[in-house]
Amino acid sequence: MSGYLVALQAIVLREVLRFVAQRGRFIAALVRPLVWLLVFAAGFRSALGLSIIPPYSTYVTYEVYIVPGLCGMVQLFNGMQSSLSLVYDREMGSMRLLLTSPLPRWWLLFSKLIAGTAVSILQVYAFLAIAAAFGIVMPFSGYILVLPVLLLTGLMMGALGLALSSTIRQLENFAGVMNFVIFPAFFLSSALYPLWKMAESSTLLYRICAVNPFTNAVEAIRFALYGQANLPALAWTLLALGVFLGLALVGYDPARGLSRRRASGG
Amino acid sequence: MSLHGLNLQHLSFGYGADPVLKDVTFSVERGSFCALFGPNGAGKTSLFSLLTRLVTTPTGRIEIAGIDLQKSPRAALAKMGIVFQQMTLDLDLSVRRNLSYYAALRGLSGREAERRIDAALDRLDLMDRAKVRARDLNGGHRRRTEIARALLHDPEVLFLDEPTVGLDPASRAAITEHVHALCAEDGLTVLWATHLMDEVRPEDDLVILDRGEVLAHDTASRIAGDRSIEQVFLEMTSAAT
Repeated sequence: MSGYLVALQAIVLREVLRFVAQRGRFIAALVRPLVWLLVFAAGFRSALGLSIIPPYSTYVTYEVYIVPGLCGMVQLFNGMQSSLSLVYDREMGSMRLLLTSPLPRWWLLFSKLIAGTAVSILQVYAFLAIAAAFGIVMPFSGYILVLPVLLLTGLMMGALGLALSSTIRQLENFAGVMNFVIFPAFFLSSALYPLWKMAESSTLLYRICAVNPFTNAVEAIRFALYGQANLPALAWTLLALGVFLGLALVGYDPARGLSRRRASGG
Repeated sequence: MSLHGLNLQHLSFGYGADPVLKDVTFSVERGSFCALFGPNGAGKTSLFSLLTRLVTTPTGRIEIAGIDLQKSPRAALAKMGIVFQQMTLDLDLSVRRNLSYYAALRGLSGREAERRIDAALDRLDLMDRAKVRARDLNGGHRRRTEIARALLHDPEVLFLDEPTVGLDPASRAAITEHVHALCAEDGLTVLWATHLMDEVRPEDDLVILDRGEVLAHDTASRIAGDRSIEQVFLEMTSAAT
């Protein structure tokens, strides 16, 4: 096996082992979407009427509607959390170890992203399994077809986190990230309500929602769960991945970015 | 081939208009132990970040075992072992697992990695602790694990940034002893940042860094003359004020 693959495998394995060992983090990652699914959606289903829109071929309950959005939320939180652990210096040591490996830096960052994405995919499947246990079941083929899409959307949100961790200094605490990244991304998307509902209220908001990469990630997941490929959403997600990855690579360039600021001291 | 294990030429570095390192130039012969001595804020950690390419600077030149860090960063990184000031072990993993993760980051796996891990553990007298979780090690053994890890890929140059901070005197002495032995027996070039003078031996190379400038570079005994290094150091740094 080449050195590249050896490193990739080790980085992914380490991240997955760490995640499994940190039970608190696993439970938190599952409780969050389950609260939305089992509490919020139960209360909200009567307030919101859904018409038949693709990919659904029949009326669906609100719980069924928000499952893809919650899958996206799981990945969004995971992406932000891994970036915050970097900003907080908790992971800074292991990042230094990573960045001083003689392998190319882009490969190391990409491996780190793959590792975070693998963890987020584990979380999504655990969430889907619990949702299924509560009777919210997708077509069987959907569970398989969604995997490559989750890989793409997970990478996109992980790259966003990596870019943020390297470029934005102000996001020093989780409240900041909640307010300025997670909430806007989540609420200005199709995760909780179909976009045509948003269009009825405000055209401007609708337009923002439509270009939100998170909307496109959620829609790509939604269509994949029903065995369909939403090509525009997939393309938009891929484009966002490219942009965020580019920003992350610039941010981790040794001539600027995070490591440079952190180098102060003794 | 250069005779230098480490060669720094005219390195300057700063954050904005604030210079942290000013025209730092010195070299360390292959196989010698060089102590980089300076008070807090002297620029030691910034210098380490430059040497390990966590940051770069457009001015100056760094050669690691004769390889230009700017021109061939990956080849130069492959020649160096690093022990950061901040502990970088995975506390939930065993000593051996920590080492094999690092080996994988350097592209080593399988039997070759195992062989090197055994050798490094043996070298640092850690064989009996291979299966212990890093969390259950004391500070001295954690540091030794990090040094063992830094040696896995047979580096030619070893950087240690204040490796004895927070350790008790016995562990400090043991680690200082170990690294001196690596120099003498394996011909490793060592750059050891510290602000504790008792870690430096009279025959060691000594670079005194203060406010980003090299104030002196010679063997410790020659810099000290007939006085103690502390005295000389205090005089130098107060003269610079």
